[in-house]
Amino acid sequence: MEALLAGIIACLTGCGVYLLLRAQTFPVVLGLTFLSYAVNLFLFATGRLIVGQPAVISDAATGYADPLPQALVLTAIVIAFAMTAFVIMLALKARAELGSDHVDGLAAADDRDHDREVGP
Amino acid sequence: MSQVIVAPLLLPLLAAVLLLLTRRRIAIAVRRRISIAATLLTLGAVVWLALGVTESGIQVYQVGDWPAPYGISLVADRLSVWMLLITALLACCALLYAVQGTDRAGRHFHPLFQLLLFGLNGAFLTGDVFNLFVFFEVLLLASYGLLLHGGGPDRVRAGLHFVVLNLAGSTLFLFAAGTLYGVLGTLNMADLAVKVAATPPADLGLVRAAGLLLFTVFALKAALVPLYLWLPAAYSSTSAPVAALFAIMTKVGAYAILRVETLIFGDDAGLVAHLIEPFLLPLALLTVAVAVLGVLSAPGLRRQTAYLVVLSVGTLLTAFALGTGPGIAAGLYYLAHSTFAAAAMFLLADVIARGRGELADRLDPGPVIPAAPLVGGVFFVLAALIAGLPPLSGFLGKWMLLQAALEHPAAPWVLGVVLTASFGTIVALARSGSLLFYRAEGSAAIGDLGAATATYAGADWPRLAPVLGLVGLCLVLVFAAGPVTRFTAATAADLLAPARYIEAVLPAPAEA
Repeated sequence: MEALLAGIIACLTGCGVYLLLRAQTFPVVLGLTFLSYAVNLFLFATGRLIVGQPAVISDAATGYADPLPQALVLTAIVIAFAMTAFVIMLALKARAELGSDHVDGLAAADDRDHDREVGP
Repeated sequence: MSQVIVAPLLLPLLAAVLLLLTRRRIAIAVRRRISIAATLLTLGAVVWLALGVTESGIQVYQVGDWPAPYGISLVADRLSVWMLLITALLACCALLYAVQGTDRAGRHFHPLFQLLLFGLNGAFLTGDVFNLFVFFEVLLLASYGLLLHGGGPDRVRAGLHFVVLNLAGSTLFLFAAGTLYGVLGTLNMADLAVKVAATPPADLGLVRAAGLLLFTVFALKAALVPLYLWLPAAYSSTSAPVAALFAIMTKVGAYAILRVETLIFGDDAGLVAHLIEPFLLPLALLTVAVAVLGVLSAPGLRRQTAYLVVLSVGTLLTAFALGTGPGIAAGLYYLAHSTFAAAAMFLLADVIARGRGELADRLDPGPVIPAAPLVGGVFFVLAALIAGLPPLSGFLGKWMLLQAALEHPAAPWVLGVVLTASFGTIVALARSGSLLFYRAEGSAAIGDLGAATATYAGADWPRLAPVLGLVGLCLVLVFAAGPVTRFTAATAADLLAPARYIEAVLPAPAEA
C-alpha cells in the first residue's frame, strides 16, 4: 500500500510540476491543483498508513490513527480550495485585461512591452 | 500567562470583520477612522507587549490552555516584538498615506489591510511550524488582494506571477512541514528544537531535506537570489502604500530564516546543526550583487526602489549568515532601518510621480514638480539613508555589519560586496536625483532662490507627512542608537541561546 501511495503522490507531483511550467494560465491552474492534491495525500501519509482504526479515543479501540495529519489536511484543503478559486478569477481577469491567456500577457508582444517600459 | 499576546492578532482581525460587514452602510470617512484606530490600538498593544517582554522575558500564550506540544503556542520573545513593533509603525504610516485617496481606487482596501496585519503579526508570534504556514497564507491572500487593488494590466500581470509563485511555495512549505511531522512527530518549534537533536541517523537525510525545503520557501518569501524575480515587477506596479507595507513582507522570510536557523537548526541540533549556513552567506552576497545591478539599470524610481528592497534583504541576510551575536544584532538594526527607508522611498516615488504627469516615475528629464526643493530635499536625505552615508542609520547598520564580519573567514567577500554595492547605490540614486530634480525642464524655479516662499507652495503635505514620519523613525534609530543596539544585542544573545525559548514554551520537565 505504501508503494502504491508513494507512486500516486509522485505521479501527481510530476504532472503538477509539468503543468505548472506551461505558458498558458489554464494548465498552470491545473498544475497547482494537482500539486495541492499531491501534498494533501502526502500529509495523510505522514501519520503512517493505518486501516480501520479510530482517531478519537474509544474503549473498544485496539490502536489509533494519528488525528493530527487529518486536521492538517483539512486546513490545507480549505486553503488550497480558496487559493484555486482566487487564481482562477485572477486568470480570467488577466485574460480580459491582457487579451491573452499567456502567463506573461501577449506572448508576441513581450519585447514591445519591455521597450515601452524602458522608454524611448 | 499574559493575555496581551493575542491583542495584536485579535485587533486587526476584528477590525477587518467589522469593516467587511459594514462596507455598504458606513461612509468612507468613518471606515478610515475605524481602520486607523485599529492600527493605533495594535501599535499600543505591541508597545505594551514589548515592555512586558523586555522586563520579564519571553511570554507564552497557550491557546485554549492546551499544554505546549499539543496545543497552539503563541510566543513573544524579543525578536517577535521587534518585528511586531516595526510592522505596527510601518502600518500606521502606510495607512495615513492610503487614506489620502488610494483606498478609494477599489473595494475592500481597509479589510485587506487589516487582514495583512493580522497575518504578519501572527507569523511573528506563532511558535508552531504549521501555524506559520497558516499565517503565511493569511498574509499572502490579503497581499494578493492589495497588490491588485486599483486594477490595471501591469498589476494583473505582476499579480499573476506573484500568486502562482507563492502558491507553489506554499505547496513546498506543506511538503516540508509534513516531512518534519512524519519524522519527528511534532510541529511545535520548541519541541522540534528538542527532538531534532535526537534524530536517529537513518532519518537524518529526511530532516535535512525538510530543513532545506523550508529554507527554499523562506528564501522565496525573502526574495533571495535566484528566487527574487517576482519582486521588482510586483512591488513597482502596485499602489504606493501597499508597496510601502510590502517592505516588511520580504522581512517575514528573513525572520523565518533567522528563527529556524537559530532555534531548530542551531548549535544544539546535533548532526543537523547549522544546516542552512553553507548556503546562506553565498546566496545573500549574490543577492546583494544582483540587486545592485538592478538598482543601477532600473528605468523608473519605483522599480529602483523595488531592487533596493532586494538589496536590503541581501545585506540583512548577510548579517544573519555570519551567525554571531554582533552579526545578528547588526542585521536586526539594519532590518528596521531598511524597512522604514524603503517604505518612505516607495511613498516619495508616488509623490514625485504625481507631480510629473505622464512621465510618472520614469527616470527621464521632465517638468519641474511642485515644491521641488522640499521633495528634492527629502529625496536627498532618503538617498543618503539608503546608501548608508554617515551619520544616518544606514551607515550605522552597515558599519556594525562590517565590523561583525571582520572576524568571519569570508570577511573579504562580505566587505568587498557590501561596500561595492553601497557605492553602486550612491551612483544610482545620485543619477536618479539629478534626472528628476536638476535636469527638469523649465528649471528656473529651482535656481530662483528669490521665490523661496514659493518653495513650499503646492507641496502635498498630507502625502508628505507619512514620508517625513518614516524618515523621522530612521532618525530615531540614529539618536536612540545606544538603547536600540543594546536591545538588538540582547535579542541576538537570546537567539543564540535557544534553551530559554524552549524552557519558556515547553512544560518544565521536557518530556522528549
